[in-house]
Amino acid sequence: MVSDKVKITVAIILSTAFLSYSIFLYAANPSKQYAVSEEAIFGKQIWQQQNCVACHQVYGLGGYLGPDLTNNYRLRGPEYIKAFITYGTPAMPAFHLTEKEKNALLTYLKSLDASGIADPKSFRIQLNGTIEQ
Amino acid sequence: MKAEKILLLAALLLLAIGMLFGITGAWQYMVPGFLKSILSFERIRPLHVSAVIFWILLAAVATVLTYVQDHTKKPLFSRWLLKIQVALFLGTILAILISYSLGVFGGREYWEFPPALALPIVIGWILLLINFLKTIGTLRKQPVYIWMWLTGIIFFLFTFLESYLWVIPYFNHNILKDMTIQWKSYGSMVGAWNMLIYGSSIYLMEKISKQKNYSHSPIAFILYFTGLFNLMFNWGHHIYTLPAFHFVQYISYAVSMTELFIFGRIIWLWRSTVTDAQKHFNHQAYRLMIAADVWIFLVLLQALLMSVPAINVYTHGTHITVAHTMGATIGINSFLLLAFAVDIITGQQKENAIKNYYSIFGFWISNISLFIFWISLIAAGVVKANWQMHPTNTSFGEMMKQLKPFFMVFTFSGVLLTIGLLVLVLPLVRILYTNGLKKETK
Repeated sequence: MVSDKVKITVAIILSTAFLSYSIFLYAANPSKQYAVSEEAIFGKQIWQQQNCVACHQVYGLGGYLGPDLTNNYRLRGPEYIKAFITYGTPAMPAFHLTEKEKNALLTYLKSLDASGIADPKSFRIQLNGTIEQ
Repeated sequence: MKAEKILLLAALLLLAIGMLFGITGAWQYMVPGFLKSILSFERIRPLHVSAVIFWILLAAVATVLTYVQDHTKKPLFSRWLLKIQVALFLGTILAILISYSLGVFGGREYWEFPPALALPIVIGWILLLINFLKTIGTLRKQPVYIWMWLTGIIFFLFTFLESYLWVIPYFNHNILKDMTIQWKSYGSMVGAWNMLIYGSSIYLMEKISKQKNYSHSPIAFILYFTGLFNLMFNWGHHIYTLPAFHFVQYISYAVSMTELFIFGRIIWLWRSTVTDAQKHFNHQAYRLMIAADVWIFLVLLQALLMSVPAINVYTHGTHITVAHTMGATIGINSFLLLAFAVDIITGQQKENAIKNYYSIFGFWISNISLFIFWISLIAAGVVKANWQMHPTNTSFGEMMKQLKPFFMVFTFSGVLLTIGLLVLVLPLVRILYTNGLKKETK
């Protein structure tokens, strides 16, 4: 039988460590910094309202029906992406967005591209099992 | 009908419709454009995912509320708080499913509904916390499952709120920080509902075996604190490849390895688990718990491997991750929750017990088809991992065509899995419904 005092002490230590870790993550900035414009934030809102993540991934997180779009802006270019958004594909519906919404979405994708590289081939595997980019 | 039973009935119905949405989504992988004009994939996926997440949450909450009253041998602190909580949950879930069907989104992956709909869920969860705390009274000399239920309730509330930090511009305007916090909250949230479910499984196991030693033992608390430690710090495997904080990778990798202790214990106890399974195989709830034990072994092995960054870089973004999620939510969560549902619904009523051959048929068909489903997803993931990790001229579309045979296997095994789960679920729904009607007419 473990005493209540021991259990409560362990729970308090773990909770304090968890809260400290959480607050640190809220306050700290990720290693790569870049400016995100208001238009990009509007584009992110369109991304959420159309639920693009159901099919597409960002940094390998999201759906599996379409390709990862993190670096698509650089790889394919804005006109190519715009054509897909406007006309759709056999699997993807044509999204009836205004010109302003399409441009905002493209600006968001441009910001994503500037945030880093999602290609898993760009990682080096270390002997201790960790990865470095 | 009592509010706990209404929650359980709603949960079982959500599982049934969630599986049907899942089959429709799987079919859209095989036949691109299927139902595109009325229910395209960006609507079907959240309908499927939300229905099954709410199945897990509602069933877990209904179980905890029922078992905590059995444990304390007294009624809940407030039936009114419970009724308000149930009304908030069910009303919100209905609104969420309607919003998805109409293509109204605004949230993010797994919680795609407009963020205003998160508020009643938070309020309902706070009512649950008050009711639970007031019912148990104290933590002194409490068994491990009470600790696990309380942890699950508190951490779900915390992580759910945390997953909505994006509504604050400070978080939303920094894409990488926002993604880090999003996946931090999601990783811990799964650990939170697992606390509700695993706590309930310890309670039920002791109820069946009529032995109360384990839930007060040092090993039970060591395992509980290992689980809590992982809930808090091992979520980083979701974002190893995000160009954000390197230390998240190191912390998560190191913490995840403590689960080797849990894994080793499963192997150590394997012989007695098999003996128990043979002894109690005719007990419906116990049978489902044994199936979950096997799935814990498979899913934990997969999780341990995926926690190693050098392996994760291959599996991340592939169907291997989906296989892990399906193994965990169906093989572990759903089989355990069905075991609790069987215990709660049929436990006291021998005359209503589900016919054994019927239940065994559902048990085997769902387990075998889930295994085929799981393997087909892993195989699809291996092909995709090979494509994304090696230089190739094959386009995404061509790679997806190569995956078609695997999609066919997971669609057909998904259909069988749905049939198997419906065979298990529908008799429970029927008993709940007819018992509810009987009480109303009395």
